[in-house]
Amino acid sequence: MTGKTIVRVQAELFDAATECAVLTDGRCDLGALVTFTGLCRDEGGVLQSLEIEHYPGMAEDEIKRIVADTRERWPVQDILVIHRFGMITPGEPIVLVATTGLHRGEAFNAAEFLMDFLKTEAPFWKKQHLKAKGVGGWVSAKKEDEDAAEKWLAPHKPSEKPEIIPIIKQAEAKPA
Amino acid sequence: MKALYFSWVRERIGKNEEDITPPDSIKTVGELMTWLSHQGEGYAAAFENEKTIRAALDHTYVKPETALGQAREIAFFPPMTGG
Repeated sequence: MTGKTIVRVQAELFDAATECAVLTDGRCDLGALVTFTGLCRDEGGVLQSLEIEHYPGMAEDEIKRIVADTRERWPVQDILVIHRFGMITPGEPIVLVATTGLHRGEAFNAAEFLMDFLKTEAPFWKKQHLKAKGVGGWVSAKKEDEDAAEKWLAPHKPSEKPEIIPIIKQAEAKPA
Repeated sequence: MKALYFSWVRERIGKNEEDITPPDSIKTVGELMTWLSHQGEGYAAAFENEKTIRAALDHTYVKPETALGQAREIAFFPPMTGG
């Protein structure tokens, strides 16, 4: 079956555990849930708040495009992406990515791929407001974030299903 | 067409959005950027280094050589820093 896709762009706080429960409640088929929560760092105590601007409409569209790319690469079940905008205080969550799968490999890979492309392709911009008055400014795009996204662009093979040896067979294969 | 500006492009121009009517001779995204850069000091500051500015035409990222065509909305902004 194809799993759920949930994409939300919101100002409100979210609770990662509550959001992820929606993916796993009542499911007995899943073997993996991978979650990543991006937090607002205080930058060594100097940050007052982080302002996140976004392009309404396109932000959702672009995240859905990244989700579609992810599904082409890995047989994940569910994909959940929540990205906040507005004023964010240090310690608060900014972004949540959660993936479920029958096996951990596709769930780990999909979550990392989603995060790498959210950083470089989703239309959000961060502005730092520092505690020292009148100081701060727009965060510059980082080379390492571009590199992280680019590493996925090398030609890739569609994921191959690992050979699963039933437990009974494994036991039989062991020397007595 | 509707033009939208984000982040420091918005701050330098001093507007979130506006309706623009470029002359018919402006055919591409890059030509539009150059035309906009001549619309005032704020625009000149926003587009002083066109290579750093990204653009989206009706919610799709485009290159400077992309034709404007019949697009209804264009957005200009610096490289994204989400996540």
